[in-house]
Amino acid sequence: MYYFSFFGEIDMSHTHSEVNTLSAKIEKLTTQTPQECYQCGKCSAGCPVRDYMDDSPNQVVRYVQLGFEEKALHSKTPWLCAGCLTCSTRCPQNFDLAKFMDALREIAIQERIKIPEADTMEFHKAFLNQIKKHGKAFEFGLVREYKLRTMNLMQDVDVAPEMFIKGKIGLIPHEVEDKQQIKEIFDKID
Amino acid sequence: MKVGYYPGCSLTGTGKEYDMSLRKVASLLDVELEELKDWSCCGATSAHATNHLLSVALPARNLIIAKHQKLKELAAPCAACYNRMMVAAHELKTKPEIERQVSDLMGESIPYDLSVINIIELFQKVGKEKIAANVKADLKGIKAACYYGCLLVRPFKITGFDDAEQPESMEELIKAAGAQPVDWNYKLECCGGAHSIAHMEIVVDLSKKIIDDAKLHGADVIIVACPMCHSNLDMRQKAIKKEYPAHGDIPILYLSEFIGLALGLKPKELGLNLHFVDTKSLLEKAEIKG
Repeated sequence: MYYFSFFGEIDMSHTHSEVNTLSAKIEKLTTQTPQECYQCGKCSAGCPVRDYMDDSPNQVVRYVQLGFEEKALHSKTPWLCAGCLTCSTRCPQNFDLAKFMDALREIAIQERIKIPEADTMEFHKAFLNQIKKHGKAFEFGLVREYKLRTMNLMQDVDVAPEMFIKGKIGLIPHEVEDKQQIKEIFDKID
Repeated sequence: MKVGYYPGCSLTGTGKEYDMSLRKVASLLDVELEELKDWSCCGATSAHATNHLLSVALPARNLIIAKHQKLKELAAPCAACYNRMMVAAHELKTKPEIERQVSDLMGESIPYDLSVINIIELFQKVGKEKIAANVKADLKGIKAACYYGCLLVRPFKITGFDDAEQPESMEELIKAAGAQPVDWNYKLECCGGAHSIAHMEIVVDLSKKIIDDAKLHGADVIIVACPMCHSNLDMRQKAIKKEYPAHGDIPILYLSEFIGLALGLKPKELGLNLHFVDTKSLLEKAEIKG
């Protein structure tokens, strides 16, 4: 987009493209702008999973603020966020960081970014697939699907027999009656 | 008193003792739980972690069923379901664009006058006095650490329940049941939630910290209100022991199981035999026979 001024043409293309920035996309999904964050770091100080992340939560916000979009989209941090909401509760700016992380993941999926935490993504896929199929979470189906997706076949072999004996994991799913409606919800949203 | 009841998926599987114990305790306290007909999953972590619209649409289906059953109150004992229903209702109320998309998807409007309540609020409705008046077992020697986890009070702006940093409502119920709540530091710390499968190492570390702090403050038992917290704190003690051989087991009870014990119900009726960690140490101290 070009504007004319006394000094000739001014290239405004960088401001025009602002609607397509990662920051703008996150703002659209969450109705809050990442620019609100003033980087005090209180979120990262209280984050229970900070030790397992590559970037601290406030660093990911900083990437978005400064336009380092690739760094934000390829960070493991949003995928390791447990969604405990401690950050959102304590933020002095009332910035809902957990919601920001939700949006960042959603955008990464939509834009087909290679998810840096593949196992976590496979878990979500397996979980939602079970809901789409049965309308309710079916734990046996979930674990089976997750194991096949990730090939972590030996996981939890020590607790699984007890789960069956205690009847905590059944082999037959509990299902909703109106499976068609559930399928439609998923189909229309996908 | 009649209240709508949304058990949620976990209460039909890994958390089935939560459902068993709550139904028994409710009937002793004259609460009629009217289950939602053909309820479906709330979407849990996986929906909100990947698709915002789906995370509102899935709970909305259940809110509509509650409308059809003419319910004014809906009890969701699972803290995660409670949280997702509260957040979805808030999104529908405050964001017209989301409301329009979801009601188009469902083919009908979503009710606004329904109040979703958690397990603590359900017991508060019954009343501390009524619980205390029905106590049969003597639990005064039992020290209990009340664990709220993340999703009962957060996001506080939406749940508005108790206090965002220092809740006390569960302690009040434990006192009504005749036991002693302990003062401790980890009542709101995260157990790792849905990372239990893809990142078990995180759950092992976080759960160990919670358990250690409860023990440090003299707890005989940790009381929970979420099937996810229960499975992380109870089932994962095996994995904690593998990592930290000095770990000593501590029983993890659902709030409804603990109140059930106080009301004189048998451990087996409450599903205590379905736990991974043996509850014997607690029952012996309270002189309750299995």
